[in-house]
Amino acid sequence: MKVYASVLKLRLLIGMQYRAAALAGVATQFFWGFISIMVFEAFYEHAAITPPISLKELITYIWLQQAFLAFVMLWFRDNELFDLITSGNIAYELCRPADLYGFWYAKLLAQRLSSALLRCYPILIVAFFLPKPYNMTLPPDVTTFILFVITLLLGLLLLVAISMFLYISVFVTLSPMGSLLIFGVLGEFFAGLIIPIPLMPMWLQKIAFVLPFRWTADFPFRVYSGHILQTEALIGVFIQLGYLLGLLWLGKLAFNAALKRVVVQGG
Amino acid sequence: MIKVEGITKSFKVAKRSTGLLQATKALFHREHTIVEALKDISFTIEPGEIVGYIGPNGAGKSTTIKIMSGILVPDGGNCSIMGFTPWKERTQYVKNIGVVFGQRSQLWWDVPVIDSFELLKDIYKVPPQEYKTTLDLLNETLELKDIINAPVRQLSLGQRMRCEIAASLLHNPKILFLDEPTIGLDAVSKIAVRQFIKTINQEKGVTVVLTTHDMNDIEALANRVILIGKGSLLYDGKLEELRRRFGTHKTITADYRKNTNSIDIPGTTIIHWSPEHAVLSIDTEQILTSDVIAELSKKVDLLDVTIESQPIEDIIVQLYKEFQI
Repeated sequence: MKVYASVLKLRLLIGMQYRAAALAGVATQFFWGFISIMVFEAFYEHAAITPPISLKELITYIWLQQAFLAFVMLWFRDNELFDLITSGNIAYELCRPADLYGFWYAKLLAQRLSSALLRCYPILIVAFFLPKPYNMTLPPDVTTFILFVITLLLGLLLLVAISMFLYISVFVTLSPMGSLLIFGVLGEFFAGLIIPIPLMPMWLQKIAFVLPFRWTADFPFRVYSGHILQTEALIGVFIQLGYLLGLLWLGKLAFNAALKRVVVQGG
Repeated sequence: MIKVEGITKSFKVAKRSTGLLQATKALFHREHTIVEALKDISFTIEPGEIVGYIGPNGAGKSTTIKIMSGILVPDGGNCSIMGFTPWKERTQYVKNIGVVFGQRSQLWWDVPVIDSFELLKDIYKVPPQEYKTTLDLLNETLELKDIINAPVRQLSLGQRMRCEIAASLLHNPKILFLDEPTIGLDAVSKIAVRQFIKTINQEKGVTVVLTTHDMNDIEALANRVILIGKGSLLYDGKLEELRRRFGTHKTITADYRKNTNSIDIPGTTIIHWSPEHAVLSIDTEQILTSDVIAELSKKVDLLDVTIESQPIEDIIVQLYKEFQI
């Protein structure tokens, strides 16, 4: 466990070295958040039927998405790991007395945690004090909030498990771009990061419900606003756990298979 | 300590000629050639030895190191190091070894060196007290004090290499594999690194296997060399033995008073000649050095004579030629 704690510590240290990047990131996320909200506002004003999610819930959804960007985005990646694979520096990683899947999982988790820790507070704080209707609101009650924290963290673990496949694919393709694009576009769309899932047409929702992606973002964010009821949320937690265990198992299997075939070339 | 028996390893390499047409063809059909990187390599290394592992580029040195450190799985053969089979009991085994790949880096690029060390300490679960003593020793012998707090990206190659070596020794390994540890270093750094390797070998009894292209490294450190070429083991034994067997040539440089007479002595070849200066190469199997000097002094008024053994570099070049590798 201590190893994972020190990886997190080191990641935080690295993250804090790039203050300018963190600040620029926060600014971009505000800009993006406002644009999205304004677009949805325009749609809602002229909606012929009552949308399945209220504007207030949607705005909270968008601010949460911006604040916890590092928790939900698949394109948020660790280039160092890609470099390790493509440059052959993975040779050193293989000389460590640690289970490599666990070690990399910890690295990725640490990177997302450190990035979110640095960025979420300013966004959340400012979003609460924005003028109506752009402001974020508190969850309806304490239980909802606790459920939100649990689902968000489980979602994060699930997302890291999904993203591990990205890194495993690089063992085969040796270039991260293709996998990143496919995983990024499909994953984000079906996680409800472009259009919230309730606003999708029914047939698309059905696809999204089968895939694991929506459990990483759409689910916790709607738990927060109370759009998903508490009983439903509780069942969701178990589905999240199921997906997590399944993907961890598959990932480890694929990872070990990739490692067996690994050839570190050159001097 | 280390026992390698009949290790073989081959790689499949995609083959393609140059040109757009060939590239298009390769999209549909690809030809492969099998490159035999290692053919039946066997050797044994005792605890506390320093072994120089040499051979020309592409001979299979790094491949052997990678197999011995558990990174590559060989196609055939056995390897037992401290009772472990490296690629089978990897996690258990690697606690006991330190590896330096001269061309790669294990330090985190963006943070001070000491932060990488701290992480390694936790990965290897080194007790705090032991870590402190080891770090103090490394600080002192590798002169890290001034650089340990600087981010890795700001270090020079020599400084970084010293840190890399330190990083591989934080957990007090019993075996150290060094794959070209002095590559690209200046003379001062090279000597520092060599001195250090010697120290840990003598004081801590660390077994060292090093590959290098710098024969001075070998001369300064290793009393035993293993020579491989094209994947086969060619020589395994003492360096002096190698020199005795293959280095039978000496060079004599002589300065003398102006003399235009020929200085032809049987058993020697004249490499360079001028009326006041000559360089002779002698084959010690045909004639003794003292005889050559005696002959010389009869023919000319000698002012100065220097005798040089054939540099080990030349012996190696000659060896490579002889084995056609």
